[in-house]
Amino acid sequence: MPDLLIELLSEEIPARMQARAAEDLKRLVTQGLVDAGLTYAGARAFATPRRLALTVQGLTPASATKREERKGPREGAPDAAVEGFARSAGVARDALELRETPKGRVWFAVAETPGRPAAAIVAEVLEATVRGFTWPKSMRWGAGSLRWVRPLQSILCLLTDEAGAQVVDLEIDGIRASDRTQGHRFMAPGAFSVASFDDYAAKLKRAYVILDPEERADHIWVEAHNAAFAQGLEVVEDRGLLAEVAGLVEWPVVLMGAIAPEFLDLPPEVLQTSMREHQKFFSVRNPATGRIEKFVTVANRETADHGATILAGNSKVLTARLSDAKFFWENDLRTVSQVGLEGMAEGLANVTFHNKLGSQADRVARIAALAREIAPLVGADPALAEQAARICKADLRSEMVGEFPELQGLMGRYYAEAQGLPAEVAAACPEHYQPLGPSDTVPTAPVSVAVALADKIDTLTGFWAINEKPTGSKDPYALRRAALGVIRLVLMARSRIAFSDLRHVADGLIPEDHKTGELVPEHADPRHDSLLAFLHDRLKVHLREQGVRHDVIDACLAMPNADDLTLLVARAEALQGMLATEDGENLVQGFRRANNILRQAEERDGVEYSFGPDPRLAEGPEERALFAALDAADAAIRPAMEAEDFTAAMRAMAGLRAPIDAFFEAVQINAENEVLRRNRLNLLHRIRATCLAVADLTRLEG
Amino acid sequence: MSDPAPRSFQEVILRLQTYWAGRGCAILQPYDMEVGAGTFHPATTLRALGPRPWAVAYVQPSRRPTDGRYGDNPNRLQHYYQFQVLIKPSPPDLQELYLGSLAAIGIDPSVHDIRFVEDDWESPTLGAWGLGWEVWCDGMEVSQFTYFQQVGGHDCRPVSGELTYGLERLAMYVLGVDHVMDMPFNDPSAPQPLTYGDVFRQTEREYSRWNFDLADTDMLFQHFKDAEAECARILATDATDGAGRVIPMAHPAYDQCIKASHVFNLLDARGVISVTERQAYIGRVRGLAKQCADAFLTTEAGGA
Repeated sequence: MPDLLIELLSEEIPARMQARAAEDLKRLVTQGLVDAGLTYAGARAFATPRRLALTVQGLTPASATKREERKGPREGAPDAAVEGFARSAGVARDALELRETPKGRVWFAVAETPGRPAAAIVAEVLEATVRGFTWPKSMRWGAGSLRWVRPLQSILCLLTDEAGAQVVDLEIDGIRASDRTQGHRFMAPGAFSVASFDDYAAKLKRAYVILDPEERADHIWVEAHNAAFAQGLEVVEDRGLLAEVAGLVEWPVVLMGAIAPEFLDLPPEVLQTSMREHQKFFSVRNPATGRIEKFVTVANRETADHGATILAGNSKVLTARLSDAKFFWENDLRTVSQVGLEGMAEGLANVTFHNKLGSQADRVARIAALAREIAPLVGADPALAEQAARICKADLRSEMVGEFPELQGLMGRYYAEAQGLPAEVAAACPEHYQPLGPSDTVPTAPVSVAVALADKIDTLTGFWAINEKPTGSKDPYALRRAALGVIRLVLMARSRIAFSDLRHVADGLIPEDHKTGELVPEHADPRHDSLLAFLHDRLKVHLREQGVRHDVIDACLAMPNADDLTLLVARAEALQGMLATEDGENLVQGFRRANNILRQAEERDGVEYSFGPDPRLAEGPEERALFAALDAADAAIRPAMEAEDFTAAMRAMAGLRAPIDAFFEAVQINAENEVLRRNRLNLLHRIRATCLAVADLTRLEG
Repeated sequence: MSDPAPRSFQEVILRLQTYWAGRGCAILQPYDMEVGAGTFHPATTLRALGPRPWAVAYVQPSRRPTDGRYGDNPNRLQHYYQFQVLIKPSPPDLQELYLGSLAAIGIDPSVHDIRFVEDDWESPTLGAWGLGWEVWCDGMEVSQFTYFQQVGGHDCRPVSGELTYGLERLAMYVLGVDHVMDMPFNDPSAPQPLTYGDVFRQTEREYSRWNFDLADTDMLFQHFKDAEAECARILATDATDGAGRVIPMAHPAYDQCIKASHVFNLLDARGVISVTERQAYIGRVRGLAKQCADAFLTTEAGGA
């Protein structure tokens, strides 16, 4: 059983693309081999900055011979037909065989496709893989037409078995496969031959290349951790950065350096961001003070001076970067001490938010007005909420955020604190952006909640007003995220907010001149509002992830006040709880039976049986018991619904299960007597009305 | 191994020129117009187009009015130098050639950490893009390395390899200088040793003031329109002249495109172009670049 080794050596592959490319190489090659009739025992792929490698173990030496039989015309069929059959089956006329079948003697063609050696199949599959490979971005180079992520330099393709190694005969765009590769660009220049995967991995290591990205990442992490630990410090964990750095080096060498003292008072986020984004440094923290005091950089080579020159160079670059950051920080603090964040926010008038929705300053004014409205609904002080809204985006005009956009909000908090603004206001600066995604934290501080809701409702209402709704996979303004944010904020705060009311307030704040979306008349039925429907769709997705059935949500969406999300969810949870009980489940069956009979009768008779059944016409104990049970249920449900105690209402409704079941068991609805029949249909109507007052059970799937 | 360290800014430039001349490049002189980067030189923008082989290296003074800091900032200048190499088709050993150029200016790869870090290049004003890297030396970006894929909206066939060195930053690193104005321009032991500051401190101050405070914006807006109109007029003119000679005028038209681009940069520095207008102006310059590229491809040098 031969093993296959493939290496595609190229100029430096972007770190972010390596893992995916290695997996794609494995998938495409193994799939191609299997499709061509080979099997294999196992496969592993690897990536370094300069190479993708794949090892496939236990490959079958050749594909099996394929024997294909086809049945043709009967004996005695015209010659032309028999010859046509032979041609289409790809065999000679003489090779056809006559065989006995239950329908008489029939011509058969037996075509044999001989198996092919693995090498021939590998050559075809690898060429197709390289030519059809999908990179996030690919390029041409020189005068060639092949596309790869960066110029492809060599191909190693080897089949190894007990007898030895054999280079697979293969050439792609002038690059002929061989058994040769190269080690580290600087530490081990020159090419060498390999005989198998083990030989390859071992020789690479001797040539200063660690093939396995996980091994490189582990090495970096352990070395960084040890270096920090030896000085009583800790490395700030950053998995994304670790994976990226492991993709930038073939021979990682960890070096730790100090941050100059004049920068240690910068906010830790600034140090971390500057070092990570610009230099790809890890931050090293002093656990005693919480301050970032050192950095770890990962070089791609060993040097005679043990990295002294490299570290000195890196420190110098860092000093230049941090000088910039310190300059921004001090300028921003000066601005804030002179004109406050309010003054800084004035510049937002020059920043376009969207050409139909005005500047960021216009948007801030809308959010402030809206936050004031929302504040009492979430237990926040309206004045504080408005103040927070007015300054929460001011830091977009700060020099620091101009340089590091990812620090928006965070810098606002530092500057608000420096200005001595109330803590709630400062906290709202970063928190009003949250939640940024399904897994991001939801703020709970009332002022933050008010501004965060205002921010998102303004966004949704604004883009709805100018008819920029998300379509399919296109959601350039992240409106789905905003909608999910509204949902999670409202549910987390358990706040009772009629979304439609706020949406009207928000809509009234949007400038009229560019409105092109649907009009939202003040007293229109909220159920016809596509923004509310959009919110409901996101809510369904959100609740489904929490295990709430989608039809349960539908049953509750159809009820009044469905724009009150907290109420809606309480109802859905109660309904789901009821359906989990035996009574609840059977009640729904009974309801459905009653509803079906009633609907058919109403259709046939062309009337609605909503006159109210007369208990005096009840015959037998089961029918009388149902009247009594409905009276009792109604008496319990009405106050429970008024108190919004859905669990109690559902419990009362589920209590109808036994009387309904007994009623159907004992009583024939379509009685001979037309008076009795009509009374019973009216009784079914009462069942339906009682149940529908709690939730729209017709939406449940059976 | 590398050569001994150079002693001055000009020595860095001279060594790069000598190195690339030795690798077969024609050493051109700077283009005689104000440009934002060496890429704007027609020897790059236009010659990257079409099938004809090309190999040049040159210094290009570059102007970025918004980067002016009155000569105070240790690294930022509104006028600086780029060293540009363009080879078409890109040779298979371009990375090795490039590393050789670093060794030639005294960067010894055995003690430094040299890395090729993903950086895709795009010039919205030139309608051009390419893939490549920024090259890091001990964490500092010392060059841009790009394989041109498109210029002026045309696919580059064959592909050119482009190298751009930011000369001041690179030289400061090699010479171990912290403030650009302190960098020796000529040899420090020359009878008249001059620093970069001796040559450029005053001009940085003067241009910073003019760029930010004084440049006549009404006049510049008019210059932009004039350049745009002249470019269009040149390109709309019949390629056959009065004497029956076929002479399309891609280069004179492209000069107008360069002019419009620089005027736009000046207007940007004066802060009179809003965010939304910005895109529109860039689009207008790109439109000119694209028409010039179209025209170049009808010329002899463009392979027609």
